[in-house]
Amino acid sequence: MATGHTVKAFDEDLGQLRGLISEMGGRAEAAIIGSLEALANRDVESAAKIVEADRKIDELEAEVERQVVRLIALRAPLADDLREVLAALKIASLVERMGDYAKNIAKRIPVLQDARGMDALSVLPAMGKIAAEMVRNVLDAFVMRDPDAALAVAARDKAVDEFYNSLFRTLLTYMMENPHNITASTHLLFIAKNVERIGDHATNVAEMVYFAATGRKMAERAKGEDPLLGADS
Amino acid sequence: MKHEPLLSPGQVDEADNRRVVRAVLALGVVAGISWLLSAPVVASLIAGLIAAVFAWIASNSAGPTPALLPAPPPDVEMSDRTVELIDAVDDVVLIIARHQITHANAAARKLFGAEKVKGDFRLALRHPMAAELIALDQETKVPVELAGLGETDRRWAMSVRRLGSGALLVTLRDRTESWVAERMRVDFVANASHELRTPLATILGFIETLSEGGAAEDPATRSRFLGIMHAEAKRMQQLVDDLISLSRIEADRFAVPQDSLSLGPVIEEVAGVIRSGMRDGDRVRVEIGSVPQVRADRVQIGQLLHNLIGNAIKYGRPGTPIRVTLKTVEDKVQLRVIDQGDGVAPEHLPRLTERFYRVDPGRSRSVGGTGLGLAIVKHIAERHRAALDIASRVGEGTAVTVTFPAVRPGSLSS
Repeated sequence: MATGHTVKAFDEDLGQLRGLISEMGGRAEAAIIGSLEALANRDVESAAKIVEADRKIDELEAEVERQVVRLIALRAPLADDLREVLAALKIASLVERMGDYAKNIAKRIPVLQDARGMDALSVLPAMGKIAAEMVRNVLDAFVMRDPDAALAVAARDKAVDEFYNSLFRTLLTYMMENPHNITASTHLLFIAKNVERIGDHATNVAEMVYFAATGRKMAERAKGEDPLLGADS
Repeated sequence: MKHEPLLSPGQVDEADNRRVVRAVLALGVVAGISWLLSAPVVASLIAGLIAAVFAWIASNSAGPTPALLPAPPPDVEMSDRTVELIDAVDDVVLIIARHQITHANAAARKLFGAEKVKGDFRLALRHPMAAELIALDQETKVPVELAGLGETDRRWAMSVRRLGSGALLVTLRDRTESWVAERMRVDFVANASHELRTPLATILGFIETLSEGGAAEDPATRSRFLGIMHAEAKRMQQLVDDLISLSRIEADRFAVPQDSLSLGPVIEEVAGVIRSGMRDGDRVRVEIGSVPQVRADRVQIGQLLHNLIGNAIKYGRPGTPIRVTLKTVEDKVQLRVIDQGDGVAPEHLPRLTERFYRVDPGRSRSVGGTGLGLAIVKHIAERHRAALDIASRVGEGTAVTVTFPAVRPGSLSS
């Protein structure tokens, strides 16, 4: 009876931790989708809400940290339990960063009020959609402890990178054409970069999910060539 | 006790104190009794110590007093009958107690997958709004609209109700359809104005060029410009006509046509008109079997045939035959138009009858058409209580089937 109780309570702890991560992820995903929608609609009001809502993600991250420390201190988890707990800690900070990127996108929306008819504005939602889907799928993989789904997410990062590279070229041309476009283009470029980083972070989460599920590291991705940015991460 | 997750440090101390008290009590009692039974003092103390150790261990494995256990999950045991009932509900139903999903009905398992509806509710309901409502233990007065649970493009109305036992009943109603309808209405206005504006812009442009002189003086250029303007004006007219007929058909969709009509001659007539307008008119092949009459509106059936055969000509490969067949299938009258063309990918099929829906927006500009043809066909079929079915195989072609209910002999009112 004693062992049954122990395992059940431990499971409950882990379940709570996973629930917290899942909630964080849901909020980050909503922030990413919301910020790009607000960008498309030039909706300053919902942009402000997204900036405000990021605080909750930060709180959740702190809560995850507390839980993880408590869990390690009280239960001394081993093997796959330990991997899962450590992965949860790392995933929490990655998801928190994703929330920050979404917040950063939302913050730029008021500045972009006058940017109309720029190509990037119509490409960014498509790029954001892939990134948001990656976040969504990687969270599903985390919930299901599914290493194959994690691999599939990591494979999609290339598409986001390609979007970014093509946007970079487009915006560069815009800026060279007309110096009046420089402010808007730079902001759009930062937004594209943020989306690209969200994709990278989703891939990192996928690596953690893979590690937690299998105990092995995900094979290193082949780095896509980045002709424009030699020193880019 | 160590594995109790919800205890605060204060509670831990209290529990430890109790164990110490129990152990000391056991030591005192056992040692005292042995000493009273005139055992040597050392032996009494050893017996007492052993008892104390047992007491310590016993209170460890037995755990703290029940008051220190987490509140047991509220009693959400349900009878088989209730489980059955919940399973039979079409909406997604979840019962959540202390953040744990205790019951999920069939619809919920289908939406989230069986794995996700075990344990913490946040694994399944990842939406921020859902997390907030359930964490606050609040009932919703009006259902809350949520986007993207399960699949990205789905919309849900979530309501939370408190059950007597302290559990929460969460219901998700699928609102995707009404959301799509609303979006289609918005799209329709945008599309219709766009489709009308494009030819208008061309016409205005050419009028400007002609009025500036220059081009107007060269007869060849002038007549070419006028030709383009004429074609564009025709296109606008066609679009307006289509919109009018669409709204007219929709307006009397409840009035089933009362005249009985032989479809064969109508098909021959329409095919004749279309053939006369084509260079390779013999592509249109008509196969008419002997079929009973149907209740139909002659003008609308003509329009339906025009649209279907017109589509087949537009999207069929040049030179391939277009077959129009009419036959009886299980005492129903089946009209079918079959082309041999590129076909339509399965994901586009359900949306083909939407107004202005284009499989390939780039190509449709070159083949022309208003984007309303199949929408009109659908509405005409609906008014005739006929079933419309579009089957297609990519690379092979498309077959559109309209199945009319036959008129039973003697059932005509007039």
